[in-house]
Amino acid sequence: MSKALHELGVAELGRALAAKTVSSHELTQHLLARVTSHEGLGAFLHVDAEAALAAAKTADARRANGDSGALIGVPLAHKDIFVTKDMPTTAGSKILAGYQSPFDATVLAKLFAAGTVSLGKLNCDEFAMGSANENSAFKPVANPWDAARVPGGSSGGSAAAVAARLVPGATGTDTGGSIRQPASFTGITGIKPTYGVCSRYGMIAFASSLDQAGPMARSAEDCALLLSAMSGFDERDATSIEQPPQDFHAQMLLAREGASAAQPLKGLRIGLPREFFPAALAADVNSAVRAGLAELEKLGATLVDVSLPRTELAIPVYYIIAPAEASSNLSRFDGVKFGHRAAKYDDLLDMYKKSRAEGFGPEVKRRIMIGSYVLSHGYYDAYYLQAQKLRRMIADDFQRAFTQCDLIAGPVAPTVAWQAGQEDDPVKSYLADIFTLPGSLAGLPGMSVPVGFGEGGMPVGLQLLGNYFKEGQLLHAAHALQQATDWHQQAPAGY
Amino acid sequence: MVLTPQDVSRIAHLARLELQPAESAALLPQLNGFFKIVEQMSAVDTSGIEPLYTPLSTVQEVHLRLREDRVTETNQRELNQRSAPAVEDGLFLVPKVIE
Repeated sequence: MSKALHELGVAELGRALAAKTVSSHELTQHLLARVTSHEGLGAFLHVDAEAALAAAKTADARRANGDSGALIGVPLAHKDIFVTKDMPTTAGSKILAGYQSPFDATVLAKLFAAGTVSLGKLNCDEFAMGSANENSAFKPVANPWDAARVPGGSSGGSAAAVAARLVPGATGTDTGGSIRQPASFTGITGIKPTYGVCSRYGMIAFASSLDQAGPMARSAEDCALLLSAMSGFDERDATSIEQPPQDFHAQMLLAREGASAAQPLKGLRIGLPREFFPAALAADVNSAVRAGLAELEKLGATLVDVSLPRTELAIPVYYIIAPAEASSNLSRFDGVKFGHRAAKYDDLLDMYKKSRAEGFGPEVKRRIMIGSYVLSHGYYDAYYLQAQKLRRMIADDFQRAFTQCDLIAGPVAPTVAWQAGQEDDPVKSYLADIFTLPGSLAGLPGMSVPVGFGEGGMPVGLQLLGNYFKEGQLLHAAHALQQATDWHQQAPAGY
Repeated sequence: MVLTPQDVSRIAHLARLELQPAESAALLPQLNGFFKIVEQMSAVDTSGIEPLYTPLSTVQEVHLRLREDRVTETNQRELNQRSAPAVEDGLFLVPKVIE
């Protein structure tokens, strides 16, 4: 094999494991050694080498018995927002330090059943609240492309681990952009499916009407394989969509009608919302995104102008709805059933207040405060209800745009990854989420696909948004782009 | 609308958070800064618009699924309580509530 084991993606590893040119045990050992030597990245919160090697042996035995699943023996790691029975789960928060779940999250149970090997749990912003992974209660995560910069958030550990070739793929979650933005910042590929495609059971809740799990990997093909295994109806999640299991890999490969080998995207209309290309968009991001779009055009796609007039409004709407839901979800952390309890208190109320004050970090407190306020008596209509109405208007805007196009494209973020430790105004960091929030509010599937490099050699991602349940179409377009370009194959120096 | 220090302590009480004076002082301008960007929301006329509580209801009717009323979980009290800060005889312990 010409490539080192860690350079292989999920699909390639699946083929190598099937051909028995490598064993899962050997592969897992190789990656565990990399995890140790790149500990300084801060990507992992918990590594269980023993369990990983045991799972690898089981996977090798399955292969030896003729089992041929694409993912058997493929090592992954998981955002520490998914609960695990045999490993601690923290959600990046001190309030859950030492917590061990009685069950596995459905998404992980499905990936384990598919034969994947778990190396451990990945760092993230506390309760997935953040865009830089600087809100982890344990340690920040460095961007493998430049250790002085942030990897994005909240799935920053997942993004860094995949970009640094510590794992070929990882799970992430996306509430307002937490898969797409870190994927963009680290030059990897990530997809957030339609709301309801992946079960939320065992995914520690941040904002329940927005939270969605998805894979992060180094290609659209790898994401398609992982998403097929992760997704599916789960009766334990009331908002899980009742539909038969989907083969996103087959959907990705499905040729468009009238397409040719040279023009696989012939007939595909890609809408460019003018609000996604404001004057304030960084020039380096703009030119990389335009380069990606030019490639899609070469592949046969047509670019059309569309409008999402309420793009800017998505920021306050999201930052009302998400904290409102968070304040309600996080009320379960009260120092009684699990997690941190203050050492000294006067009575029950005091115990709640002190345990929560000690356990939660500043950003989580800020959002709980916002959420509690907008849901409180006398303010509900003006804030929460108004936001939910605007949310419908934003979702309807997408439906209008989709009458003119099949996919929507634009930047994932207004800039490349910024320097660590520079953002101390929380509102300013909320504004940087502008391009990912509208799709999240509408519950649409979205991707980040690498399209080159900007300032300081930092990766830039192209955001692709599809209509509901059009994951296959998104993956098809991203795959076509990756067959014709090699941006997604670039690795950061030293990894 | 501008929040006052009294508002911050009232919200903190609702949220069951004991904030240190320095935390409250830092939060006040941050919350006010946040609510400044929220103001643009109130300028939009939303009369007659149905709130969107769950995203798929944009394109389809969403019904909450009810499950059959039968026992599906096994008793795993010990496993469920293993991460609790204080447990005795299978019960969660809290400070005395009733005298």
